[in-house]
Amino acid sequence: METDRPGLITVDAPSEKAATSSTPILRFEDVSKIYPLPAGDVVALDHVSLTVEPGEFIAVMGPSGSGKSTLLNMMGCLDVPTSGKIYLSGQEISRMSDDDLTRLRRDRIGFVFQQFNLIPLLSAVENVEFPLVLTAGREESRQRAIEVLRMMHLDDALFSHRPGELSGGEQQRVAIARALVNDPDLLLCDEPTGNLDSKTGTAIMELLGRMNREEGKTVIMVTHDPRMTEYADRTIQMVDGRLA
Amino acid sequence: MTFFDLARRNVSRHWLRSILAVTGIAIGVVAIATLGIMGNSINLMFNDMVSDVGDTITVSPATRSGTTELTKRQVDDITRAVGANRAIPFATTFDSVTVGETKSGAMIYAIPAKDIPFLLDMEAGAYPKDTGSGCVIGKTLAENSKDTGLKLGARATIGNETLRVVGVLEERGMGFDINPDSAVIVPYSWYSNHYDKDTYDQVIVKVRDVNDLDAVKEAIEQKMNRRENVVTVMDTRGILKEVFAAVDSITVFLMGIGAVSLIVAGVSILNVMLMSVTERIKEIGVLRSIGTRRSEVMRMFIYEALILGLVGAAIGGVLSFGTGYMMTAVFSGNPDYFFNPTSLLYIVFGMAFGIGMSAVSGIYPAWKAAHLNPIQALRHE
Repeated sequence: METDRPGLITVDAPSEKAATSSTPILRFEDVSKIYPLPAGDVVALDHVSLTVEPGEFIAVMGPSGSGKSTLLNMMGCLDVPTSGKIYLSGQEISRMSDDDLTRLRRDRIGFVFQQFNLIPLLSAVENVEFPLVLTAGREESRQRAIEVLRMMHLDDALFSHRPGELSGGEQQRVAIARALVNDPDLLLCDEPTGNLDSKTGTAIMELLGRMNREEGKTVIMVTHDPRMTEYADRTIQMVDGRLA
Repeated sequence: MTFFDLARRNVSRHWLRSILAVTGIAIGVVAIATLGIMGNSINLMFNDMVSDVGDTITVSPATRSGTTELTKRQVDDITRAVGANRAIPFATTFDSVTVGETKSGAMIYAIPAKDIPFLLDMEAGAYPKDTGSGCVIGKTLAENSKDTGLKLGARATIGNETLRVVGVLEERGMGFDINPDSAVIVPYSWYSNHYDKDTYDQVIVKVRDVNDLDAVKEAIEQKMNRRENVVTVMDTRGILKEVFAAVDSITVFLMGIGAVSLIVAGVSILNVMLMSVTERIKEIGVLRSIGTRRSEVMRMFIYEALILGLVGAAIGGVLSFGTGYMMTAVFSGNPDYFFNPTSLLYIVFGMAFGIGMSAVSGIYPAWKAAHLNPIQALRHE
């Protein structure tokens, strides 16, 4: 699905991918995040250093408030560290402007949320094509959105349905399709099965596993469910803002 | 999927709220356009009056000159100063008018007989002559005197001399020079003999070309007021300028009232937009997380406010045609003024103001939405 869309992996991508094969897709160097609150500072991340290689599937576990979400937000360019450095494919992102971070989110990162977070005003296919429309024409975006939705095994008849008319599992398939539509390097999942029954959850995990194995996507998944770690290459445990 | 599309869908999702906001803007546009048109119609009405008498200059004794009369010599000077334009001197007095047994009082204008046709039009009868002992009466006086017998052909005693009514004037309406509708007009020669006077109260100068008005005024000033202020020279346009200024103030005041109603409508849009932002905080977080820029989020909300403004302004604009026409007909008595481009421009102005007001009202909510912290927005329930 390589196209000439700006910001996406393009014609010269293979050499870039080859070059980045030795470069970690993500590198945290002594990253801390402190939220100043009236009651006292909250240290959400405490001197975290870690490296993620391209194509890895990593599960992040830990009790509530251990800093899992903050870690994921930093990886997803939604937040910047108080101190330390973060590199995305060798490029430092810790001091980037809001617009540059937004562009990175749009072109290189896909988010999957526990509560699916689809836009209620848009149909399934419109939700999926949305990130693409931000950069490309409408016609090609629609084609690509349909293609990715089919890859997620979503029934064609449901493409025009609004999120409210879809089941949880269907919504999460649409959400994953939206995350993948821009062909990102990195898929960040925040408890993607947390709102699904176990059977549907398993199907979603199979899907994420397949994206990792077959499409080479790097997947980082926050989860409370130890069973889900089976799909991961490695599991990171977090306690009190540190890697255990 | 464009941001305009998203904005449009959100407007129709909350249709009741949107209709109310649109109604507010429509009312505001109607108010500002209608009141503007009303003021403009009054203005146009006065304007028409000016063009009727816009060629007139009046010359009267200056207040500080110590006299209320102009001498024969001064009148001759004025006549010379105005060159080819006609200078019509006249005197006024108030005297008793007796017809048969009935005695009443009336305003008497004494005008040289040769000049009367240049100043007044006859409805019936003929103009009086310097040699004869005839007079003419105003239309209103004639209508009010049906019982007393003061009519065309009647013999009326003014003071102690009897004159025949040889003509009735056309109605002239309120003027800036003389008001003959309720008066008796006599030839100046008769007045001069009868009252033993040879002075005048005022000179009316009828300017042939309105563009010469200022030059003629200047010529009179030069001739008469070179050494000291002997006469006051006024043109009807000057007098009306003050009337126009007053009408303009009324128009501005009326439009101010309209503007207030639009500002209220703007506040309601602000309210609707803030509600829309608050309800969609999570959605904004999602949009931002999947790569929507701040400027794009801002655009989406501005579009939403603009849609409300555009629809409201369009409806208001259409309604303004009806209300504007009606108000023009009621207040100026001539609905044609409504179709004057200057009147119709107020509809465009009202609509533009409505759209502008909506856009301005949308800025703060849009800015607020665009600057939400995406992480906090995503966590919002």
